Amino acid sequence: MTRILEVAKLNKSFGGVTVARDIDFVLEAGAMHCLIGPNGAGKSSFFRLLLGEHAPDSGTIGFAGDDITALRSFQRIRKGISVKFQVPGIFKALSVRQNLEIAFQYHLHGASLGETVRRVLEFTNLTGEIHTPAGVLSHGQQQWLEIGMAVGVEPKLLLLDEPTAGMSPDETRKTGEMLHELNARGITILAVEHDMAFVQQIARSVTVLHMGAIFAEGDIDEITAHPGVQEIYLGAADD
Amino acid sequence: MNPIELPDASKAPARRGLKLWLSRLEGPQTMGRGPVFWAVVVLAVLAAVSYPAFANDYVVGNAAYFFVWTFMAMGLGVVWGYCGALSFGQTAFFGLAGYAYGVITINIGSAFGATWLALLLAVALGGVFALLIGYFMFYGRIKGVFVGIVTLSVTLVLETFMAQTAGPQWRIGDARLNGFNGMSGMPPLTVPWPGGDIMLYSGTALYYVLLGMVVLCYLGLRVLLNAPFGNVLVAIRENPERAEMLGYDIRLYQMLAFGLGGALAGLSGALYTAWGQYITPSSMGLTAAALPIVWVAVGGRRDITATLLGCLLVIAGFQSLTIYGSQYALVVMGALLVFTVLVTPDGLVFTAINRMGRLFKRVRR
Repeated sequence: MTRILEVAKLNKSFGGVTVARDIDFVLEAGAMHCLIGPNGAGKSSFFRLLLGEHAPDSGTIGFAGDDITALRSFQRIRKGISVKFQVPGIFKALSVRQNLEIAFQYHLHGASLGETVRRVLEFTNLTGEIHTPAGVLSHGQQQWLEIGMAVGVEPKLLLLDEPTAGMSPDETRKTGEMLHELNARGITILAVEHDMAFVQQIARSVTVLHMGAIFAEGDIDEITAHPGVQEIYLGAADD
Repeated sequence: MNPIELPDASKAPARRGLKLWLSRLEGPQTMGRGPVFWAVVVLAVLAAVSYPAFANDYVVGNAAYFFVWTFMAMGLGVVWGYCGALSFGQTAFFGLAGYAYGVITINIGSAFGATWLALLLAVALGGVFALLIGYFMFYGRIKGVFVGIVTLSVTLVLETFMAQTAGPQWRIGDARLNGFNGMSGMPPLTVPWPGGDIMLYSGTALYYVLLGMVVLCYLGLRVLLNAPFGNVLVAIRENPERAEMLGYDIRLYQMLAFGLGGALAGLSGALYTAWGQYITPSSMGLTAAALPIVWVAVGGRRDITATLLGCLLVIAGFQSLTIYGSQYALVVMGALLVFTVLVTPDGLVFTAINRMGRLFKRVRR
């Protein structure tokens, strides 16, 4: 398998708070992988380091064979990384169609842009909302719209920060199906997720972060049975 | 679940060239579409064209004066309304270009169309200075209210600097800067013509030239704002983090929009100097800096049509108040701004046009 993401000895501190501690992380192309951990474990900070929103104190980030550590966020996106934020990162005052057109117009123009918008609308079940301002969509629809914006031009790696936050069980299930569909089309997926049922629905492998460092890594069943993980995360979640 | 399949872009029929640009006269970023809207636009332009036939030279010259300011207003509309960066200092570029026009024309004269070259250079100077300020602001991660503070500081620094240039040592070639009293004596725009140059003093000829420039600028901005560039500006205004995470270099776009706004403010400044043959430091002062914000806010900052109409209406109203004796024109302007912010935050003209449009649709149904 080809390695799509290679993180080596990544460190980042804000004052006295360490959010990434010697993180070594590898993601194979085509994987569907979840990052879990208790609040404050450093999951979102790790995403921000991958996206270039924070510069690491030391360490390197490799993507699809290139060192992207020094690249700015938009340059990383142009290389094929895409992201869906925890709070829907959409343009609320604009229509669904405008949201999608803005998302794709860097790569597509004219009829091919229109055609892609149409297909993404179908994929996200938003065809009937094409002229609706994105801000008045339901929370679940906003999440799907953002997923559509993130995958319309087929990125190599899709980063998802709690993609089902605030969704109903039915919406969560549908989102899981969407992600499987995207993964089957060759998009590598790395998701931060709290909902363990959803993690089990989508992920084959899981990494547990704790206090900015990788605590455990492996198959979902192994991780859920890991006593240390249960103590720091799953147990804490049950309390 | 339907799979996403990318269509082959090479096989897709696409509008190209002039057709593509014309199609962008209408779009999601500008109000107004369809034959009724364009019929109204054509009628408005025809009315403006025939206006000098029914009005005396003084009134026509006054209307030309109103046109002078619209470029700065439309530029601020792009920077503030579309890109979301409130600039309080468009007058810096206005004043710089105004002085530049004066300095250049006093030194090179008006023969062989030199005033038009001076106009171009002055506009370019306004644009380049705005790009420079924009570079330091946006690449320095300055945003929100701080953009307003920095830009206001720039215009006030320029005003203060120009106000102390009274001494004879403050000259560029033959052009004395003249401190607080300002610079005068530069030629108006001059059209080279066989048998004698045509000097465009305030009057009908200048009115037509400015009307043509306003129409061209308005249509050009409609095209630009409905093009991908305009879409990205709106995306940055709505959610800059998301815009960057779609692969757009948002700081570059912000800087370019700011440069465009500066060039348009510069166009107003150079035309103002050419119109009245004078320019003073107070054109960059606090009062002058605040007025464009009132025009754009009252008109409607998020639509270029509303900005243009609002600017013309407010300036005409402001001048009427000033001429016909009211001492309180500025107070009325302030009150108008407060009223707009509280009652019609999208702008008075924008809201009025929207309501008329809805009413028109209802009547048609």
